[in-house]
Amino acid sequence: MREISFSEATLEAMSEEMERDSSVFVLGEDIARQGGIFGQFKGLPQKFGTERVLDTPISETSIVGAAVGAALAGMRPVADMHFADFIGVCMDEVFNQMAKVRFMFGGQCKVPMVLRAPDGIIRSAAAQHSQSVEAWFMHIPGVKVVIPSNPADAKGLLKAAIRSDDPVLYFEHKVLFPMKGPVPDGDHIVPIGKANVSRAGKDVTIVSYSLMMHRALEAAEKLATEGVQAEVIDLRTISPIDKETIFESVRKTKRLVIVHEAVKQGGVGAEISALVAEEMIDWLDAPIRRIGAPFVPVPFSPPLEQLVKISADNIVKTVKEICR
Amino acid sequence: MLAYKKEFLQNLYRTMVRIRLFEEKVGECFLGGELPGFVHLYIGEEAIATGLLSELNQDDYVASTHRGHGHCIAKGAKIKPMMAEIFGKSTGYCKGKGGSMHIADFSVGMLGANGVVGGGINLAVGAALAAKMKKSGQVAVTFFGDGGANRGTVHEGMNMAAIWKLPVIFVCEFNQYASTTPSSYGTSVPNLAVRAQGYNMPGVTVDGNDVFAVNEAAKKALEYVRAGNGPYMLEFKTYRIKGHYVGDPELYRSKQEVQDHFDKNDPLKNFAKVVLAKKWLSQKDMDAIYAEVAAEVKTAVDDARKDPYPTDSELFNDYYVEGGVN
Ligand SMILES: Cc1ncc(C[n+]2csc(CCOP(=O)(O)OP(=O)(O)O)c2C)c(N)n1
Ligand SMILES: [Mg+2]
Repeated sequence: MREISFSEATLEAMSEEMERDSSVFVLGEDIARQGGIFGQFKGLPQKFGTERVLDTPISETSIVGAAVGAALAGMRPVADMHFADFIGVCMDEVFNQMAKVRFMFGGQCKVPMVLRAPDGIIRSAAAQHSQSVEAWFMHIPGVKVVIPSNPADAKGLLKAAIRSDDPVLYFEHKVLFPMKGPVPDGDHIVPIGKANVSRAGKDVTIVSYSLMMHRALEAAEKLATEGVQAEVIDLRTISPIDKETIFESVRKTKRLVIVHEAVKQGGVGAEISALVAEEMIDWLDAPIRRIGAPFVPVPFSPPLEQLVKISADNIVKTVKEICR
Repeated sequence: MLAYKKEFLQNLYRTMVRIRLFEEKVGECFLGGELPGFVHLYIGEEAIATGLLSELNQDDYVASTHRGHGHCIAKGAKIKPMMAEIFGKSTGYCKGKGGSMHIADFSVGMLGANGVVGGGINLAVGAALAAKMKKSGQVAVTFFGDGGANRGTVHEGMNMAAIWKLPVIFVCEFNQYASTTPSSYGTSVPNLAVRAQGYNMPGVTVDGNDVFAVNEAAKKALEYVRAGNGPYMLEFKTYRIKGHYVGDPELYRSKQEVQDHFDKNDPLKNFAKVVLAKKWLSQKDMDAIYAEVAAEVKTAVDDARKDPYPTDSELFNDYYVEGGVN
């Protein structure tokens, strides 16, 4: 299969969906002139014109608010947030407007839009440019949240998100953009709400997503050399969560570790732990373990930043503790 | 043109050169792979921070932006701990936790650079509110760019400061670009000062590459604000000589455009032209200052390179005042 980068994969998705449906358009800061900070919008204005690839002022409330409004009026906007950290600026538009209007208005309308948000730690960008905030949004009824880990899923999930009639938050880790991987030709769609078993194993289930999937797979590789067969699940969507795929794996392995870059407290891992504890505690042979960042803002200085990052070795160590 | 005290002129020049040489060094270190994070340089805009902040008292407040090194220096921060911070060292102003985008020296009223465009606006409004409540006579200055001007928070802050007559000066540094977006595209009016009208405060547009013009405008604004008349807006026209950040490929403008601005409207050259023509300072005076500052910057960098990184135990220090973290 051909290999392309994560950002090229998202670009293909945008391009194909814009071609397929003239109501799809994209708006955000520095996307037409610059092609996006990570090159993820490169060439789109040349192809579709600056009427459908809109550079905006630095006005996040208007970017998201206008996307919601345009969606209510029959368009399919894709709004870019530059950095996920800036969603803070337009939180009302996200959680009071985008997420709620359909329900509040008794189904009179729908909000078929995508909010793209590059997240995660990258080269000491510090406290306001490094966050992973996906868990906030799994606490908000009315939105769907996807978070791919590789180019194929990046493309397939973005296409699914654009075609979805519900508002979708699409988190993309900044470190993943240049990463290459195989992507199927043609109309490749990854359904929202479906996790993927990326590696089969029988001794422990490791659930992860986004960049941490790569650490999890690395850890599984190392564990295999020590005789521990880890099953690694890529969540891909964190709301709605694919309980069945997780439960099925845990029924087999009887051990569960959840890994994410976001702070551990109140994270996606907490939700999954609770689900498994509530519904299948009798299946477990060991305590559930969560691996996430310590409860502290992301520091600037490289050695301090290192302390809040998760490594494959962290995962190996935790898995070994519960596989004894 | 008014006459100025020689010492004042020397100080203006020293501050502008300090910013210029500091920024050049930071750019060099970044390109040399020595610096973590991202850096946004203030080169070409030195006259604004210098001419304006030279009129503030040490206890007046400044809320800055992502392009904050110049504001910090002009407010009186020392360049050694600034450089150390940008290197991520424990001797930095924020002990290495903030870096370039969060550089700050609260001891001189500098409430911090900000990674979020518009993030500082209402911090200044609040500092001005506190000053008014305490009747302390302090003022607050907040900076924002021609891009930042379009964030809602600027409009909310201006209105609230106006209705409460707060001692705050809203300073727009109009450097023609917001990242890759030219102001002619992203901003509804050529002169943002007209927006002040809508909030019932004075708003003037001033040549931001002329430190004397900046200084005169600053004095007027401060007199107005300190007298309790409420907020004031200053818009300084300038030009961002360097890329948005160090490493910016700058595909959105020509090299010629940048060179023209630098040749014809560099605030340092503008200053030299005036003071030499009027014989307020000699070339020798200026050369002496330049050499002194160059040595100071060199020491700052040499020290920053040698200084230690924070130790692991620093991660949870200076966090919740009352502790209680798991
Ligand atoms: C809320 C928010 N949106 C976007 C950004 C990304 N960003 C950082 S600086 C910048 C451009 C700022 O332009 P301007 O306000 O004119 O200041 P200048 O860089 O020209 O000094 C952008 C878009 C950000 N940091 N915060
Ligand atoms: Mg600007």
